[in-house]
This record gives sequence, C-alpha cells and structure tokens, in this order.
Amino acid sequence: MDWQAMALTARLAALVSVILLVISLPLAHWLTFSRRRWTFLVESIVSLPLVLPPTALGFYLLMSMGSRSPLGRWWTEWTGHPLAFTFEGLVIASVLYTLPFAVQPVAAAFAQIDPNLREASATLGASGFRTFVRVTLPLSIEGVIAGLVLSFAHTVGEFGVVLMVGGNLPGITRTVSISIYDHVQALEYAQANQTALVLLAFSMLVLIAVYGLRRRPWAAAPIA
Amino acid sequence: MMLAISVLKRLGAGFTLDVSFDARPGITMLFGASGSGKTTLLRCIAGLARPDGGRIAVGDRVLFDSTTRVNVAVQDRHVGYVFQQAALFPHMSLRENIGYGLNRLGTDERQARVSTIAESFRISEILDRRPAHVSGGERQRAALARALVTEPSLLLLDEPLSALDQTIQSRIMDDLRRANQARRIPMLYVTHSHREVYTLGQQAVVIDAGRVIARGTPHEVLDRPEQTVLANLAGFENVFNGVVVERRERAGTMECRVEGTDTELEVPLTASAVNARIRIAIRAGDILVGTEEPRGLSARNVLRARLIELIAHGPTMVAVVDAGARFIVHLTPTGVESLHLQPGDHVWLIVKTYSCRIVVDTPWQHS
Repeated sequence: MDWQAMALTARLAALVSVILLVISLPLAHWLTFSRRRWTFLVESIVSLPLVLPPTALGFYLLMSMGSRSPLGRWWTEWTGHPLAFTFEGLVIASVLYTLPFAVQPVAAAFAQIDPNLREASATLGASGFRTFVRVTLPLSIEGVIAGLVLSFAHTVGEFGVVLMVGGNLPGITRTVSISIYDHVQALEYAQANQTALVLLAFSMLVLIAVYGLRRRPWAAAPIA
Repeated sequence: MMLAISVLKRLGAGFTLDVSFDARPGITMLFGASGSGKTTLLRCIAGLARPDGGRIAVGDRVLFDSTTRVNVAVQDRHVGYVFQQAALFPHMSLRENIGYGLNRLGTDERQARVSTIAESFRISEILDRRPAHVSGGERQRAALARALVTEPSLLLLDEPLSALDQTIQSRIMDDLRRANQARRIPMLYVTHSHREVYTLGQQAVVIDAGRVIARGTPHEVLDRPEQTVLANLAGFENVFNGVVVERRERAGTMECRVEGTDTELEVPLTASAVNARIRIAIRAGDILVGTEEPRGLSARNVLRARLIELIAHGPTMVAVVDAGARFIVHLTPTGVESLHLQPGDHVWLIVKTYSCRIVVDTPWQHS
C-alpha cells in the first residue's frame, strides 16, 4: 500500500474541495440568478472539463504554467520556483478540472428554490447577502454538500491532468491513481489491486452518501 | 398616505400594461381575469419587476420615476408583499418567519412585536411550528403577519386567499379588515373573484388586457357592468345578445328579444331605441326555478323551460335550462331535492326585471 500517495491525494482533494466551495457558491449564484444574456458562455467554459479529454486540458495547463507563459513567469518570480510539476500546480489544475462537479450541483440546488422565497426576503428588507445566507444557502445545503463531496471524489480519481501537469514525483505529485498505473506498469498486480480496491470502496461510499442525501432518486432534492 | 401609480410595461407579444390610478389608505381591489396584468403591476410596485416608464410614489416618497431615473431597490421600499402561495421560509418556524424583517430590532423588542401580531392573526399557539406543519389558512395568516409586522407604508396582496376554502377565506378577510382599520395604509389586493371584491374592497379597480376599464366602489363597478368583459368577470353567468322590441317609458322598462329565439325579457329602460342591439346580463343566482306555473308574482319574466343538466359545483348546484335561450341557474342542493328536479323536467324560470342588467359597450354583430 502506497501510504505516501494516499496522504498526498487526501491533502490535495481536501484543499481543492475547500477552494472550489469558495469559488462555486458565488459562481453558481451568478450563473443561476443573473439576468445577463451571456451567462451561457460562462456556463460552457465551466463545463468544458466534462467533455474535453483530460490530456488535452492538461496539455494547455502545462503550457500556461511553463516558464514561457506570463502565469509561469509571474509564479516563478513570486515564489522562486516554477509552477509545473509542483503540488501548487497540481492544486490549480485540479480546481479547474473539477470546477463543473462543484458548480453544477450547487447551481441546480439554487435553481429549484421557489423564486418567491428570495423575493419575499427582499420585500422584508433583507440585502442580497442576507437573503443568500438566511434563505438561499440553507435551502440548498444538500446541493452544496453534494458539490463538496463530488469535488473531493473527483479530485481523488483524476489521472490524465495529474500526469500531464504534475508528472510522477513521489510525495509531491504522485497521487493514488498514478500509483496504480505505476504498479501495473511494473506488473505488480497485487499492489495495484490493493490501492484500486481502496479507491473503489471510497467511491462507492461517496456515491451512497450523495444519493442518500437526495430524497428523490435522480433528481435534485425537493424542498417543501 | 396616498399611493400614486402610473406604470407602463411592455410584456412582449403586443401586450402592454398601461395603468394609472391613485389608491387611498384602505383596501383597493385590483380585479381582472388571469393574464390581465394585475400581478405584473404588483411586482412593479414592489420593485420585483421594472416598469418601462411611469412613476410610483407613496405620499412624498418616490419609489420609481422613469423621468428622474429613480428606482428604489426592493429591500429599501418598505412595501409589504403577500404571495399567492404564502412563500413562508420552509426552514424556519412561523416565529422566525414573522420576525425575519425585524432583524434590526433587539431580541426583546422583536419577540414582543411577533407575539402581538401573532395574537391578532390568531396563530400564537403554533408559532414554533414549521410552515409544512400548519394548515393553508394558518400559513397565509402567518404571511400576512410577516408582511405587516414590519409596518410597511403599503401592502400588496397577490390573490392571497384563492387557494383556500370559503369559510377560511372569510375568517382571514375579517382579520385583514381589522388590520386595515388599525393601520390605515393603502392595501392593493389582486383577485379574480368578484365575491372577494364585494366582501373586502372599499374601492375596486378593474384591469383588462393591461388597461384600467372601470373603477369605483365594488357595487358601482360590479352591479352595473358597462362592458361585456366586466359582466363576465363580475359573475354574470348569463349574457345574452338582444334586440329592443318595445319601450315602455312610463313603466321604466323595455321588452327585448334574445337573439335567435322567441324568448322575450322585460328589462330596465335605457336610452336604447327600438331595434337597437343590447346585451343583457343576469346572475345565475338571481333566477328562480318553479315546477308549476307561478301566479300572483310581481316578477315580470316567467319563462317556460326544460331542465337540461344538473352539475354539482362545490356547495352550489348548477342547472342548465333551455327556455329558447340557454340559462345557467344556481340552486342549493336542498332546493333541487325539495323540487325533485331531474334533467328533462319542465320548469318555469322567474327573473325580476331589475335582475336584468343592460351592458352597453360595443354593439354586437350578427354571428
């Protein structure tokens, strides 16, 4: 069992989930409630990782993190080391790659709130922020938790982007999915099986938790 | 304080809401069919929708003015809004719901105000329950309390009682009337029920296709409907095309024949000349049914007819009767029972002259 890879993966997934929670709440709010006509463009960009091959996404991320890109140069100047093939680079890549898994459940939960409730809050003198904290968020908490859990699970399971952006540096960028790949390459099937089995059990538990949270199967939770 | 409204809003597909009127303190009924623009108007006043033009002011306080580009945000308008489905926050108790708009007050003051208003709306006993665990009537009373406890300068009600049954409706109407006497703020009450207009309103404004078509007291507006659309809205189930056959100036009546039939009705005299086309509107509840030819009656219109159909509709029996023209008549179930009425029976319809209202808008055409 590759404990180092497990710990690294858990740390990566936890960090990515928290960052995504902070990003996805305002982003999903804007996507759901904005009256601007071009929200669909942002929606498309957010959803891009759902359809784009991870290697393609990873390739562009690697290019934009390299020393020849503005981001890569700025990062090197600021921190003293390059972004590609580091844990920080992996975090940024994972956040982008997992963004739709965080935003979509939250946006879906926001969208099924009766619009009259948010309007009632406003007519009672509540600011937009108070309406969000007291009405919108509590009524979509299941979607927010689902987004958080899915972010964590999806980060644990990613492979292509990690390989492209992070490489395979033990303790820095070598996650469990890479570790399984390594074991198989070395014909160490027993070790590969051990790690894979842990991932399988973990994924199953996550899905049971997510669907268990919803009161109706295959649909956003109803809130009466 | 007076509410002065002038709203212009284009709603696509050639439909424009264009209304101007003032509302005094007290309950003003906004009456119209669904799709007439009533709810849109309320949303514009609350700031939930933005008019394309016009001005909305409560007393000196301007909430919206397209010429000076004033558009006060919803949360700063101090306008109470009661939604059709109550729109209570499902994750809060009724107490938290009612106290929601009082967050700027201290806890003690807030609790005191919630208790006082809960008492006047008779929901003190259930304040700690969630909306899902109280009845529809209680939910709507809590929604009224929640809107009124913030002491708004204006209260907007969007068909707040339409989902409730009649006994509960009339009790809540009593609550609302009392609240209105205590507060003296303008209250705009949207409804499509003429019964609510009669029982609740001090003033009525009738909206059709985005325009104000009549205004006045409920009786002025509903009892002498001058437009066919209003006659339909005001609960005149029977509207007939007719031709004036004879004018009896001394009696103050005229004889009219219903188009396409031999049925003649004596109706109140209007300025219409002989052969003029008019519309006659009669409420289904103003028609009497007899199984034998009545004698010694003051009513001038006694028509021989046949009962076609009886339909139970809530507590009323709706009878479709053929007297040459087809009449809709409302009966009580006990009335139907004591007369042993069956479809196919021969009956007599009795209609007082003054139960026939003459509608004189656009002359009807032969169809």
